[in-house]
Amino acid sequence: MRLIHLAFVPFLALAACTNPEGGFNGGLLGDSSSWDDPAANAEDQSDPTSQAFFEKKIGNRVLFDVDEFILNSSAKAGLDEQARWLIDNPQYVIIIEGHADEQGTREYNLALGFRRAQSAQEYLVARGVSGLRLKTRSYGKERPLEICSAERCYAKNRRSVTLLTGGLS
Amino acid sequence: MTSSPSIDTAPSFSPDGRQIVFESDRSGSQQIYTMPVAGDAPKRISFGNGRYATPVWSPRGDLIAFTKQGNGRFSIGVMRTDGSEERLLSASFLDEGPTWSPNGRVIMFARETQGPKGAPSLYSVDITGRNLSPLNLGSPASDPSWGPVQP
Repeated sequence: MRLIHLAFVPFLALAACTNPEGGFNGGLLGDSSSWDDPAANAEDQSDPTSQAFFEKKIGNRVLFDVDEFILNSSAKAGLDEQARWLIDNPQYVIIIEGHADEQGTREYNLALGFRRAQSAQEYLVARGVSGLRLKTRSYGKERPLEICSAERCYAKNRRSVTLLTGGLS
Repeated sequence: MTSSPSIDTAPSFSPDGRQIVFESDRSGSQQIYTMPVAGDAPKRISFGNGRYATPVWSPRGDLIAFTKQGNGRFSIGVMRTDGSEERLLSASFLDEGPTWSPNGRVIMFARETQGPKGAPSLYSVDITGRNLSPLNLGSPASDPSWGPVQP
């Protein structure tokens, strides 16, 4: 576990120096897509085969109940939509990120995020998306989407995010 | 060493290297278990209210430090290696990740404050529960790991 701890140190240092507000958490918010790949966000949402269309119109996040990794009915409905689009757009490779809210220790939340990503992955495969296109990763509680210590933020942070990466060549 | 659908994580060796202590939610909630490295079934040692996480075996071998979560608060605590004589040494919005001083009598951990301006910092506390005090580093810090005495 110590190795995992050390691996986060650069992230924390980055967060500390990039946040103009002076708070500690503000510099590293959200899903990977929103800071790894600004080009994808600028992409035209009117193209129904684009990453931007998938993120904004289909919706690439599903939410989980407290300390839970079993999909609830709205998460399943969201993943049904995602699965239909992903089957129609086989050019993308998919990474599913699992996240947790801040209620819990770092180690436990890494495992919980992994379970959430796996739940989403298994559901997409059951709906016909090829397992060969899917990978999972967990960020635990390290990348909250919303920062406040209240349920309205926690609810948004307990999520899995379906990210599209470069095509299968 | 373990294989189950539960979350088994945060292992720590006993100082003689013959046992590990770890957390698992196999009972339905996070609890602390010990097991011999040579094999044999894990034995649950924590039975109080709340959830127990990140156990760390003392370098002296006599105690196990842990993070405990309950009623929306987090504490750092210690217990004997059989789970008896549990004592909580701290309490706040979020305390986690204990590490032992080499003499096994002081614990350092990370405390995070809440809200958008929340930040982690390091605290130390004696195993008696006295002398809880922040480490003044001048910047946020987390994940302390107290090294052994230099030879």
